[in-house]
Amino acid sequence: MNLTLKVWRQKNGQAPGHFETHQAKAVIEDMSFLEMLDVVNEGILDRGQEPIAFDSDCREGICGMCSLVINGIPHGGHQGTATCQLHMRHFKDGETITIEPWRAKAFPIVRDLVTNRGAFDRIIQAGGFVSVNTGGAPDGNALPVSKTVADTSMDAAACIGCGACVAACKNASAMLFVAAKASQLNLLPQGKAEKDRRALSMVEQMDAEGFGNCTVTGSCEAVCPKEISLDFITRLNRDFGIAAVKGR
Amino acid sequence: MTLDGKSPSGPLAAKWDKHKFDLKLVNPANKRKFEVLVVGSGLAGASAAASLAELGYKVKCFCFQDSPRRAHSIAAQGGINAAKNYPNDGDSVYRLFYDTIKGGDFRAREANVYRLAQVSGSIIDQCVAQGVPFAREYGGLLANRSFGGAQVSRTFYARGQTGQQLLLGAYQALSRQIGLGTVQMFPRTEMLDLVVIDGQAKGIVVRDLVTGEISSHAGDAVVLATGGYGNVFFLSTNAKGCNVTATWRAYKKGAFFANPCYTQIHPTCIPVSGEHQSKLTLMSESLRNDGRVWAPKRKEDCAQPVSSIPESERDYFLERKYPSFGNLAPRDISSRSAKEVCDEGRGVGPGGLGVYLDFADAIKRLGLNVVRERYGNLFDMYEKITGENAYERPMRIYPAVHYTMGGTWVDYNLMSTLPGLFVLGEANFSDHGANRLGASALMQGLADGYFVLPYTIGNYFASTKPVKAPTSHPEFKKVEENIRLFTTKLLSIKGKRTPTSLHRELGKLLWEKCGMARTEAGLKEALRRIPELRDEFWKNVNVTAENGELNQALEYAGRVADFMEFAELLCLDALQRRESCGGHFREEFQTPDGEARRDDENFSFVAAWEYQGSDKAPVMHQEPLVYEEVHMSTRSYK
Repeated sequence: MNLTLKVWRQKNGQAPGHFETHQAKAVIEDMSFLEMLDVVNEGILDRGQEPIAFDSDCREGICGMCSLVINGIPHGGHQGTATCQLHMRHFKDGETITIEPWRAKAFPIVRDLVTNRGAFDRIIQAGGFVSVNTGGAPDGNALPVSKTVADTSMDAAACIGCGACVAACKNASAMLFVAAKASQLNLLPQGKAEKDRRALSMVEQMDAEGFGNCTVTGSCEAVCPKEISLDFITRLNRDFGIAAVKGR
Repeated sequence: MTLDGKSPSGPLAAKWDKHKFDLKLVNPANKRKFEVLVVGSGLAGASAAASLAELGYKVKCFCFQDSPRRAHSIAAQGGINAAKNYPNDGDSVYRLFYDTIKGGDFRAREANVYRLAQVSGSIIDQCVAQGVPFAREYGGLLANRSFGGAQVSRTFYARGQTGQQLLLGAYQALSRQIGLGTVQMFPRTEMLDLVVIDGQAKGIVVRDLVTGEISSHAGDAVVLATGGYGNVFFLSTNAKGCNVTATWRAYKKGAFFANPCYTQIHPTCIPVSGEHQSKLTLMSESLRNDGRVWAPKRKEDCAQPVSSIPESERDYFLERKYPSFGNLAPRDISSRSAKEVCDEGRGVGPGGLGVYLDFADAIKRLGLNVVRERYGNLFDMYEKITGENAYERPMRIYPAVHYTMGGTWVDYNLMSTLPGLFVLGEANFSDHGANRLGASALMQGLADGYFVLPYTIGNYFASTKPVKAPTSHPEFKKVEENIRLFTTKLLSIKGKRTPTSLHRELGKLLWEKCGMARTEAGLKEALRRIPELRDEFWKNVNVTAENGELNQALEYAGRVADFMEFAELLCLDALQRRESCGGHFREEFQTPDGEARRDDENFSFVAAWEYQGSDKAPVMHQEPLVYEEVHMSTRSYK
C-alpha cells in the first residue's frame, strides 16, 4: 500500500515546528509502524536529507520509549498497543496519516517527534520507591501478601512510563502514571510504612513539573498501552486525602 | 600468557565467605572520597549504582536511553531462578550451581557459578522488600514455576513481565539515590571511549546525544554494565539500541574479550516477515511447557493448511529426538533441531523459515480458559505481530539471536584485565559458559550489582589506593580529540549507503556463516568478507545532518562501525574453537546422530583475546577451566 504521511518536524526545542509531507511507498502490512518509518527514513537519508527523529528501543511494547500521536491518538488508538507493536495491516492504501509528538508542557520537544520525559523520572525520585538498602532484607516468604493484593499491585506495576496518558489528557495531567506507581507500592505491606509520605511527595513533584490537574475524563485509560485502570486514580486521591489530613 | 581467574582457595561452598572476609574494606567516612562511573542502567548497572551509593560512594550513572528505566533488561519475560527450595522439590544451592554449569556445557568458571547460586536467594528477598509484585499463591507465599534445563521449579516470576518488574525495582532504588543526591544520572549520554592512565581505568569520554557535546568524566573506577552484542547479527531479540561499543572500546584499550563465539539462539521467536524487519520478538520459553513443536514430514505439505495435514504426517521432532525432555530441551538443542528441519526443506511460512508450536492438544487437555490464563499475553502479542489467532492455528516460530554469553573477561572480583575496570551482567563472560539457561540472566545481572561488586570494588580501592587523575589530564584531552575526529569522519564520508543497509549486510553474513551452525570454510569466508565490508562502510556510509544536535543516524553509524570490527573477533574465536559446545556448534565436530561433540582435552579453557592494534591480529590467551567439585560429563537430554 501507499500512504501519505504528515509528520511534525522541529529542529530543536527553541525552533518553530511544522508539518512536512512524505510518501510511504510499497508499505507491507506485516511491517510495524516504526518499521514503516524506518523505511521512509532510509529514503530520506538516500536523498541526503535529515531523517525524522523518533524514540524507540525494545520494539516489543515494554520499554516505553516509543511515543507518537498517530491521527490524533497517542499510540494510534488500538487497545493495549504501543506504537512499536502497531502494524500496518490496520491502515488502508491511499490513507493520509498525521504523526505528532507527545504534546505537553512538562514534556518539552527535543527534536521532531522526540520529547523529554525527565519529569516522570523526577516524580519517581520524589517518592516512587520503598526505602530499603541492599542487604538485610528478610526472607521473601516472611511477609505473606494475599494473591488479590499482589495481583492488583501488579496491574498497577505494569505501567511502562511512556507518557501516553499525559499526551491524551486535555489537561496534560500525569495522574494515571503517578497513581499507578503510588498504588503499586501503597497496596503492598512493604510499601505501607511510607504510604503517606509517598502520596504527598509524588503529587507535589507532579505539580511542580507543570502537569495539569485531573478531571477524570478517562482519556488516559483509553490510550494506555498497558490498560492501567482509572481506579488507581481514585486510590491515589484517597491516599493523598488521608495523608494531607494527617500532615507529614 | 595464562590468565588467573583468581578463584579463592578452599572448599567450593566456603570460597565466597572466605573471600569476603579476606577482602579489604574502605572505612565509611572514606567511601565518599571515591567516585565510581557506572555505564548502563539495566539490572546490573542500576543495582550496582544504587548499592554503591547506599554504601557511601560517589556515583555517576550513564545511559543512552531517555531514562534509566528503559534498559533492555526490561524485556525479559519468563522469570528469575533462585535456590530457595520453597516448593520442597529437592532444590539446593548445589543443584542450581550444577544445573547452571551443566547447562553451560562445562565452559564456565566453577567458583563464579557457585557464588551465583549462593546469592540467588538474597536477590529474591531484596526484590520482595523493594515491592516487586512477584506472583503469589492463595496463601500469600511466593509462587514458582519450572523452566528449560531444570527438573525443579525454582523460577520466580511476575506474570510475563519479570524483567520489567525487577528492573523497575532496581530503577526505583537508583531513583531514590538520585533524589538523595548520591548518584548523578546522565540519560541520553553514550560512552564512546575509556580513558586509561598508567594502566588503570580512570574515566570515560561520552557524547551528549541531545547536544552532541563530547565530554570527559573522571572516576576512581569504571563499571561497564552495557549488555550483550547480539545486535552484531542485525536481527536479534535485543532492543534497537543495544550495542557493543562500550566493551569494544574497552577491549581496544586493553581489556581482554572472552569467548565471543558463545552466542545464544533462542528457539521460540516470531519468524522474519520481510526485508523491512528491524528486530525479532521472542516469546517466552514457558510456551514450551504446553505447546508441541512440529513440522510436516513431507516437504509437499509445508504450504498446505495445517488442518489438511493428518497427525501421521506430522513430525514432533523434539519429542522424537529427546524423549525425556521433549519440548523442554535446552535452548541450543531446540534451536538447532528447528534449523535442521528447515534445512531439510520442511520449514513452514515465508521462506520456509519456521516450525509450528501447536497448542491444540493443550487446549483439548486443559481447556481454552486455562491456556488463555497461562499464556494469554503471549498469544495476544503473537496476534499483534502476525495477525494470526494462535488459539485456532499453531504459532509459527523460528530461532533468533537472543543473548551473548561471551563478553569482557573478568576475574572472580568482576574486574577486567585493566585494573579499575569492572564489568557486570551480560557484558562480562563469567557465569553462563557456552550456553545460558532460562531465567538465569536476571539472576546474574542482579547478583553482580547487588551482591558481588559492592564487596569487591572496596577491595580494589583499599588495596591499590588509586591515584586521582582529573579530566584536565592530557590523556582525557587526547581521547576526546580522537572521538571528535571519529565523529567528524562519519559525517564527512557522504557516501551512497545507509548505516542500516551496511549493518543488515553484516548481520546476514554472520547469521549464515557464524550463526546456529559453523564450519571452518564458512568462517574463513566470513573473515575474508568482513574487512571488505568494513572498507565499504568507511568509504561509502552516508550520515546526514550535524554533530551538534540530536542525530540518531550518527549514533547508529558509530555503533555499526564497532560491530564491523567486533564481527571479525567473533568469527576468529569461532574458528579457533575446534569443538562444539553449548551455543557454539561446529559442523565438523558432531556425533553420528548430530549432537555436539565437546573436546575437553583440548578446549577446556576460556579464550580471552588481547587487542594488538588495528593492523595486527589479536592474541589469544587462555584461562584453564579447572573443576574441583564437578565431573565434566556429556550433556544428555535424551
